[in-house]
Amino acid sequence: MNRIIKILFFALIIKPLVLIVLGINLRGREKLPVKGPAIIAANHNSHLDALVLMSLYPLTSIHKIRPVAAADYFLSNRLLAWVSLHCLDIVPFNRSGHVDKDKLFSGCHQALDNGDILILFPEGSRGSPEKISKIKKGLFYLARERSDIKITPIAIYGLGRALPRGEALFVPFNCDVIIGDPLPDAGDSTVFIKNISQSFAELFTQCLTRHSDK
Amino acid sequence: MTFLNIPQNSFYAMLAVLGLLVIASCTRLFLSAKNPNKDYTELRQRIQSWWWIIALLFLVLAANRITAIVFLSFLSFLALKEFLSIVPTRLTDRRVIFWAYLSIPVQYYWVSMGWYGMFIIFIPVYVFLFLPMRMVLIGDTAGFIRSAGVLHWAVMLMVFSISHIAYLLTLPVKNVDAGNVGLVLFLLFMTQFNDVCQYIWGKMLGKHKIIPKVSPNKTWEGFIGGLLTITLCAGFVAPLLTPLAFEYGLGAGVIIGLAGFFGDVVLSSVKRDLQIKDSGSLIPGHGGILDRLDSVIYTAPLFFHFLYYATY
Repeated sequence: MNRIIKILFFALIIKPLVLIVLGINLRGREKLPVKGPAIIAANHNSHLDALVLMSLYPLTSIHKIRPVAAADYFLSNRLLAWVSLHCLDIVPFNRSGHVDKDKLFSGCHQALDNGDILILFPEGSRGSPEKISKIKKGLFYLARERSDIKITPIAIYGLGRALPRGEALFVPFNCDVIIGDPLPDAGDSTVFIKNISQSFAELFTQCLTRHSDK
Repeated sequence: MTFLNIPQNSFYAMLAVLGLLVIASCTRLFLSAKNPNKDYTELRQRIQSWWWIIALLFLVLAANRITAIVFLSFLSFLALKEFLSIVPTRLTDRRVIFWAYLSIPVQYYWVSMGWYGMFIIFIPVYVFLFLPMRMVLIGDTAGFIRSAGVLHWAVMLMVFSISHIAYLLTLPVKNVDAGNVGLVLFLLFMTQFNDVCQYIWGKMLGKHKIIPKVSPNKTWEGFIGGLLTITLCAGFVAPLLTPLAFEYGLGAGVIIGLAGFFGDVVLSSVKRDLQIKDSGSLIPGHGGILDRLDSVIYTAPLFFHFLYYATY
């Protein structure tokens, strides 16, 4: 049932919105992981980020693509919680800091064991439009325990203009989605964060819409 | 005589274009069979995209006038979006840009009802004055001048210019054998054919660069060769597809050859300024929609007004 809701939600609303009204300049499509378990690490500036990344996948595999999202925000009221759990099928993540490190990722582990592709935003929050915030260590802790799983970095640019934080008016703009090579293994969190930041910086140079912000 | 609602000359012109596409596809297949080690992916994508573009265009032109006008307004939307996505805009201009998008349905509404006076002044007068008014109400003065300029340039190129293609469909029919579809086919075919001719002449004879800083591949030989070819072609084709007689057809050819060249290099300069190669990735093998519409943005209004002056 959930699978049908999710497919309809993407076929009727999200895909037309993202592909026609918004528009994507896609680079490196062949590097997009098609089979799970896998992790996608993207920069985060807008609620549209996860929707755009999920739209890259065909409807037949869309139920396997699951964004990891903050429980304190997406489960905060009943309507939003229903959409988050049924239409998007998010993996809720507790970012309050009151949960044990082992339990923190139990949802993620479960999804990966199930062969899903997780979408994670290592910055942890949307931040200000078109700026990379400081990358948090969370993804490193998850990656350390699942060294068999590839982490594919994806840089997104331009969505902070289409729908920035705190704005309700949606304005159409093409956005860049640049898919990079999987991240190398890293022994400690500093190296890991350095790798991912470097990868994002390199991918941003391929954006077409990056000159548009001055 | 008409076939499938299309007047006979326009119908034959469409068949001729489909014939050219078949030749292109066969040539590509022959090439990849002859040189199996060479990569023809881009050529294949390019020709495949042409099939899609032509199929869509012919379908909407055959359907009816309103469908074709709605289709062209959608092209304006895609072009405006692509342009505003690559040029510098301010985050504070989001609401102004929203109004710029709204000018599209309004402009094409004037086209569909055939209100020529409004069609011709709506963007250059009303939208031109209105957008800065909306900007003033937001009140961000840092970068105001540049922003107002960019936005006006954007709607002029992507909405005003492109809507001239649609207005060709609204003009009274003067050549019964071709109908108004013939005008659109003539304009689009001559514009694209001009690009191809300039490319081919440039490849064959090209030596002296015209504007190396903007477009290193453009040569005087390609430009003049293309211009002469198009002028002659237009002279012969114009009486079939348009109300223009041979000598006026030659004039239309000169206009399309010159304007097509400048449309191409003006949009190239925009991309060069922004240090990007393509304006998007909407059309596989071609780049963005602006990479395909660049010449038409210049040829459409200039051909339209030449035709309008000469026959209406």
